[in-house]
Amino acid sequence: MSNAALSDGGRDTVLSVRGAGKFFPGVKALQDVDFDLKRGEIHALLGENGAGKSTLIKVITGVHPRDAGAVMLDGIEIHPQHPGDAQGLGISTVYQEVNLVPTLSVAENLMLERQTRKFGLISWRKTEADAKAALETLGLDIDVNRPLGSYSVAIQQLVAIARAVALDARVLILDEPTASLDGDEIQTLFRIMRDLRDKGLGIVFVTHFLDQVYAVTDRITVLRNGRLVGTFVTRDLPQIDLINHMLGRELAEVSAHRHQDEGSYVGPKRTIQVKNLGKKRVLEPVSLDLHAGEIVGLAGLLGSGRTELSELIFGSQKADSGLVFLDGEPVMLRSPRHAIRSGFGLCPEDRKQDGIVAELSVRENIVLALQGRRGWLRPIPRAEQQQFADDMIRALGIATPDSEKPVGQLSGGNQQKVILARWLVSKPILLILDEPTRGIDVGAHADIIKLIKELCDEGLALLVASSELEEIVAFADRVAVMRDREKVSELVGAEITQTRIIEAIAR
Amino acid sequence: MKINERFYPILATLAVLALLYGYGIFEHRAFSDTYVLGALLTDNAFLIITAVGMTFVILSGGIDLSVGSMIAFIGVLMAELVTGFGMHPLMAALISLIVGAAFGAFMGVIIAKFDIQPFIITLAGMFFLRGVCFLINLDSVPIDHPFVAAFSGFKVPLPGRGWLTASALLMLATVIGGVVIAHYTRFGRNVYAIGGDRHSAELLGIPVHGTIIRVYTLSGFFSALSGVVFAFYTASAYPLAAVGVELDAIAAVVIGGTLLTGGMGFVMGTFFGGIIMGVIQTLIAFDGSLNSWWTKIMIGALLFGFIVLQRLITRSFSGMRAGAT
Repeated sequence: MSNAALSDGGRDTVLSVRGAGKFFPGVKALQDVDFDLKRGEIHALLGENGAGKSTLIKVITGVHPRDAGAVMLDGIEIHPQHPGDAQGLGISTVYQEVNLVPTLSVAENLMLERQTRKFGLISWRKTEADAKAALETLGLDIDVNRPLGSYSVAIQQLVAIARAVALDARVLILDEPTASLDGDEIQTLFRIMRDLRDKGLGIVFVTHFLDQVYAVTDRITVLRNGRLVGTFVTRDLPQIDLINHMLGRELAEVSAHRHQDEGSYVGPKRTIQVKNLGKKRVLEPVSLDLHAGEIVGLAGLLGSGRTELSELIFGSQKADSGLVFLDGEPVMLRSPRHAIRSGFGLCPEDRKQDGIVAELSVRENIVLALQGRRGWLRPIPRAEQQQFADDMIRALGIATPDSEKPVGQLSGGNQQKVILARWLVSKPILLILDEPTRGIDVGAHADIIKLIKELCDEGLALLVASSELEEIVAFADRVAVMRDREKVSELVGAEITQTRIIEAIAR
Repeated sequence: MKINERFYPILATLAVLALLYGYGIFEHRAFSDTYVLGALLTDNAFLIITAVGMTFVILSGGIDLSVGSMIAFIGVLMAELVTGFGMHPLMAALISLIVGAAFGAFMGVIIAKFDIQPFIITLAGMFFLRGVCFLINLDSVPIDHPFVAAFSGFKVPLPGRGWLTASALLMLATVIGGVVIAHYTRFGRNVYAIGGDRHSAELLGIPVHGTIIRVYTLSGFFSALSGVVFAFYTASAYPLAAVGVELDAIAAVVIGGTLLTGGMGFVMGTFFGGIIMGVIQTLIAFDGSLNSWWTKIMIGALLFGFIVLQRLITRSFSGMRAGAT
């Protein structure tokens, strides 16, 4: 059973993915993706949130069974059932949130299931010596008897890599390994990565730091919306083209903007002024004005500070500098509760984790924020709750048999509508939407965008963070561009094109 | 050189034991006699044997509430086999151990395969076994057999006036066996890994389900062994025996320095934890003026202290993992 003909890389290719597909209910997370990893190369896997990077990795390592396509290791098709399987085959993964056991010693973490035994019992002296030797290959000299949890994340990560390498890995997948490391630690990691590459290992490097991609990788594969955009040689791909591949489609510019037909809203002109809002190590101070009846887009790559800015305005992260003014009055932003009382709303990026309460019904989810704004001492009468829920289900077209169905059972698009409804009944002044269309199928996608425009016409101030440039271009009146945790540019009216945004991101 | 963080809880346990024993010797001259030590080892033998099994369960991040009922059930079963069927007690003991391990394995399979809270399953096991006791026998029955008499009569003299009984010797052997399993087998280390971080353990390629099933099998086996010792020691069986022993065993494990959330601790610590509970009981008995419920008050207070200590130690770990989102 040889599929060698399929893999065009020949002898050089250690890992080859052909036509991989993975479908979740309502979402095609991965569709017809090809990916080749050569022996002795560092290969960047790039894409925005929801592009399919982690799904591809999970398919390769057996966390998810694939629904289509083939994965071949050295030309032989493999079907790993779980990460342990993949590890046994020679595919090791190191995750950002170090997946080792913090309460066990470093030596044990390295040697779990591989301890040297004498007469059936573990020989600790030999096991510890083996662990020390494994760390020395990475130039790491630490006390292997101390619990892993007592070391820094950087060292824990190196231990994870040492374990992966010691398992005779042929393929090493590093999933966002640098996210919590500082500059020196990153350099150490890069040195180790280059060493391992020179020893013939194939390394897949997932990151959202583009400078790191150029510093250490040989080739780049870009995914977008679960599909393959292409594989490129790093040094032949200018950064601006790379960003283009990640964010934009090389299609003709969409020109049906709404910025021309401004002013469909005539009402009190409320303004929210964000002045030098920032937090150390999270966001450089940002200033931004938001007006009723206006949509401001927040563009930037993953990790550029989009989400962070939203959270600082909403108070779910505490700013350590700057203020937010509502109609000239400073607003207390100590917690989301304060923000909600002031009339701010946030639809977070991670619906499942931060947005919906899956076990509660549609009705209960919808009245949550209003109840929070009124305070728990003044419960909303059941009839009024029902009224709100029915109104919203009709107005937003939420596809649910009735208002008592648990939200967790609805599709992603409908969950998003429930969250929108939640904020709408509380009549906010400012609504922040973080990636409102992420993980939503195409039909619901258009609905949500239409809804966003309608909200704006009704006099809401909207701040919409999105990695879909087309989307931002289609609805924003103004666009704030973020890069490296800083606001780098603000585009207005006719300036808002995909090209201009990409230029601003790439500097 | 810095003392390894892992040893903090067991050092605290040893300090408490030294303090209590020291106080006993200071207050009552007789406390230093090996007679007290021998009695401690004998009286707490069945508790410590159960607690050794419980240590593995708690290390894996679980709990086993069925052990008290198991002790009673095994006693009743032994009485039935020996008195009713005329079986030799050793044969009855062997059957009991197999039944106990099998029941533990059964609970383990449900816990692992259906991914159900061990609390619920072992609670069901607790009610089930207690009920079965009454099905077999409603009253307290003696277990009459020359071997049982020989077992309770067997004594190894200690220097001084004390002696080690067969129960104590079996218990010490169990502790040594537990230490070897916990620290010198891959199974043992896998238990620690699962308790420390189950998700990671899975990603590290550890057979999580198999290990969990074996943990409850082990706990079933040890509580059955404890039941055998209890039956031999009291030479009788009673369906209402050992009520609440599961909680005493958990207390011994926690006072012995094992983290209730799993992943950290020592079988040796559980031994000391059980002894501490015995020492408290003995101290109160020696005093004479205090109500025996003071034992519970002291143990409760110790538990408060140890649980807070655990929290402080785990916090020093979790702080290091702030990088994970």
